[in-house]
Parts: sequence; structure tokens; C-alpha cells
Amino acid sequence: MSTGIKARRWLGRHALHIYGVLAFAYIFTPIAYVMVFSFNQPARSNLTWRGFTLENWTNPCNAPDVCNALGNSLKIGVASTVIATVLGTMVAFALARYRFRGRTTTNLLIFLPMATPEVVLAASLLTLFLNMRVQLGFTTIIIAHVMFSISFVVVAVKARIASLDPRLEQAAQDLYANEFETFRRITLPLVAPGIAGAALLAFSLSFDDFIITNFVSGDVNTFPKFVYVSAGRGIPADAYVIGSAMFLLAMAIVLAAELFRWRRAKNI
Amino acid sequence: MAAIASRPDTAEELPTATGRQLRTVLILLVPGLLWLGIFFVVPLFTLAGTSTQTPSGSGIPGEFVQTFHLSNYWDVISEYKGHFGRSFLYSILATVLCLAIGYPLAYLIAFRAGRARNLLLVLVVAPFFTSFVLRTLAWRQILSDDGWVVSSLKWVHVIPQDMAVTASPLAVVAGITYNFLPFMVLPLYSSLERIDPRLIEAGGDLYGNGFAVLRKVTFPLSMPGVVAGTLLTFIPASGDYVNAALLGNNRTTMVGNVVESRFFRVVDYPTAAALSFILMAIILVLVVLYVRRAGTEELV
Repeated sequence: MSTGIKARRWLGRHALHIYGVLAFAYIFTPIAYVMVFSFNQPARSNLTWRGFTLENWTNPCNAPDVCNALGNSLKIGVASTVIATVLGTMVAFALARYRFRGRTTTNLLIFLPMATPEVVLAASLLTLFLNMRVQLGFTTIIIAHVMFSISFVVVAVKARIASLDPRLEQAAQDLYANEFETFRRITLPLVAPGIAGAALLAFSLSFDDFIITNFVSGDVNTFPKFVYVSAGRGIPADAYVIGSAMFLLAMAIVLAAELFRWRRAKNI
Repeated sequence: MAAIASRPDTAEELPTATGRQLRTVLILLVPGLLWLGIFFVVPLFTLAGTSTQTPSGSGIPGEFVQTFHLSNYWDVISEYKGHFGRSFLYSILATVLCLAIGYPLAYLIAFRAGRARNLLLVLVVAPFFTSFVLRTLAWRQILSDDGWVVSSLKWVHVIPQDMAVTASPLAVVAGITYNFLPFMVLPLYSSLERIDPRLIEAGGDLYGNGFAVLRKVTFPLSMPGVVAGTLLTFIPASGDYVNAALLGNNRTTMVGNVVESRFFRVVDYPTAAALSFILMAIILVLVVLYVRRAGTEELV
């Protein structure tokens, strides 16, 4: 009897934690599948387990198309991230710092691309490009990726600026820093983590995008496009290796940043 | 993305830009807004134009003339009402599931995670770092009828013995739910995190049990997150075609699938454009109704 009550109390106290473990297990199951199947014996399709091998990892460009597509995705990702981060950060500063006529319209223009289904964005851009007889390729992909990333950058950077303590900037001005010096030596370094986070977000949005890319890419192959097209006839295990490697790389960056933050927090 | 349910703009506290500041504002805004104007607003007008075109009659596929034919819209609605119905049904189901799965998770991260908060948030978006399409294919393997997941669910009688999961509506909804869960959790987290824990304590001090406090204090205070999360899950879900294409069969296709095939397999731009436009219009109406009813002005 008393053990029953104890067990129920224990469950009551830990139900949420147990739930958390289950939820993260759910989130990570497909990733685990991708990782496990990156070690599968190569064959035409990578759907059933055939046995462990390191071959895919030692030679990930075995199917040359995969690495070609990966290279394109990385190039597009870097270019669109740089443009979207610069443009988005500028807009974020204007919105976070000043009141001006047209502010509401600007906010609406930032919000709407996020509230439009990707397939509509894709179809409308494609009709524009077709009407203007623009050659589809790298340029059109980058244009599209910048378009849908800007909003996310603005929102992320704006939140960071809003969370700054205004007294820090006032202090700098009290110490005779002019506007530009205050911005360069106080404001920008404080906002930098927000900008870095926004850039990481823009990159992952660009790297992962399939729907819009598929519409405006013409002959240029990207990694998600490669995977989607090969889904019918079987995806080489190399694609799983690249998926796993990207995941591990991102996790390593995040963990390093987190460790750095914890150590610094301890030292203060 | 965690900032999507960002705090309401406190525009009243900001200085009104004048003179030199106004020039700064202009310089900061113009490049970004031009990009959105040219590559987001203008294309929507092109899309509207294309949606009222008819084939030129030259016999060349892909050649259309502007005839301002609104009948495209009626044709599309009557022909594809099933697809619209499915798109909205699947996305609503997936959104509700995301809310049910995501709320406790966001609650856990906001109130019980301590120093691990940031780390857990990153783990929520971790799936983004593998590829969306690759993840969906992994789901196809996980949900295959002879896989261990489906077999064990049948064994414990959660799903009936003779049910097919592979290439079924169930698999499509499961895929959408999985893929868009982070879009639900992040806004939920950011609004839960902003709740003063003392309010929840006060609820307990006034003899509210855990459930009563959740229902009367925590949940109402987290409404902005619930609204932002449902929109950010529902909108991309309703336009998605990857899950339906990879996890479903030819009877589970959604509007997105039709748009894609009208563009690329059958060269029929007016139909694709009309479909996209109706999808956007329905979503806009739903969003306005929902935001009005849920009563937050934080968005926009």
C-alpha cells in the first residue's frame, strides 16, 4: 500500500521528466535512422539493413552527384546567408530603434513572407522569372533564399536589440563616445550573438529548403533536391553520410558555444 | 526563430526619427524592403496575372495569353475541392498533434530545465540540421508496415492488426507532425518563459491544484505562444507537398502536390497560379479569423 503511494508520488513528481525523455526520443528517432543507415552496406537502395561498413564514411563522394549537389548547397547557403543577414540586421536596427511613418507597413511586409505557404512563394517567384525570361540557376536560387530568410533574421536580431539594457549605451555617451563609437564598441558587440544566431538560422533554412529551391533552380542540383529526386529509385548511403555529418558538425558548433558560455558564466 | 512570438512593439517609447535620423532609417530600410518588394510583392501580382490567363491556342505548351478569365478559379475550385479539403484536414490534425506534443515539452524546458534550457532548445531544432527530405524518408522506413514501430504498436493494440500505415493518410499526418513540431515548440517556449513564476506560485497558494493553475493561469498567459505556434505550424503544413509525396499514396495528395505537377509535369501555369492564390486567400482568411478569436495583437 505505502509503496503504491510512494510510487504514485514519484511518478507525479517525475511525470514531466519522463515525458521529456520520451519526447526527445521521438525527435531523435529519424536522425538515429539516418545515422545508422549511413553505415549500411552500399546497394541500389538504402532501405533495408545489410550489414555494417565504414566504406560510405571513408568515401562519401562515391556517388559524385551527391557531393556536387552538396557543394552547390553550401555555396548557395553562404551567399544567401551573408546577404540576408546584412539586409535583415539593417532593417532590425531601424525597427528596434526608431518610430517613423510606414513602420506598421514595414512590420507587415516582414511578417507576410513567413505567413505565406512556401509553395505559393515558389509559384509566384517562378511565374515572375518566367515572365521576365530570367535564366533559372544559382542567381534565382540565391534571390529566393534571401527573400525568405530576411524576415527570420529581422525577427531574431530585433529581439536581441530589444533585450539590451539602454543604460549601457547611455553610459558610453556619458563617457564622451560619439554615436558611431557607441555603436561600434558597445552596441554591435552586444548584438553580435543575436546576429550570429540569425545567420546560423538563415544558413540552415537555405541549406534545408526544398520546395522553393525545386521551383526556381532550373538545372542546378542541390542536396535536398538530389535526395528528393533519388527517393524513387533509391538513395545512395553517401547521402545519409552527408546528412549525419552536417548534423554532427552543427551539434559540435552548438555544444562548443554552450561550453564557452558556461565557462564564462562560472568565471564571472 | 524562438523570437517569433516576440514581445509587442513598444513603439510609444521609441524616439520619432527626424532629420538626420530619418535619413539613417531610410538607408537602413531601403535595401531590405526593396528586396522583399521586388521578389515577394511583385511576384504575387505576377501570380495573380498568370491565374487569369488562358492557353494561347498556338499549340506550344507553356504559351498563354492574358484574357482575365476568372473562370479558372471556379474550374480549379470544383476540380480540386478534395485536395483543398485534405490539405486543411491533414494540417489541422497535425497542428493539434503538435500542440499536444509540444506544450508539455515547451513547459518542461521553460520551467524545469534550469541551466540546460538553451541546450534543450537546440535539441528541439536539431532535426533541422539533417535534411528535411532525408528525415521524411527516415520516417517512411520507421513507419513501414513490417518495421518494429508499427509491429509493436499492433502488438499492444494501439492500432488495429489489419491496418496499413505505409502510404496512408496516417503516415502523411505523422510526417507533417514530426517535421513541423519545432515551429510549435519555439514560440510556445518563448511565451511560457516570459511568465512570472510568482503568478503560478500564487495560483498554488490560492489552493489551485496543478491542473487548475494550468487551466486558469499558465495556459491563458501562454496564449500568444499558442497563437504564433499554431500559425507557424499550420501555414507551412497546408502548403507542404513533400510529406504527401513521400509518405502517402495517390489518394492522399494535397494542394501543393497539384501545384507542383501543374508546373512541372503538365505545363499548365494558370491552373497552378489559381490554385496557389486560392490557397493563400483561404489561409489569410483563416489567420485573420483565428487571430481575432484568439485575441492577440502581438503578431504583425
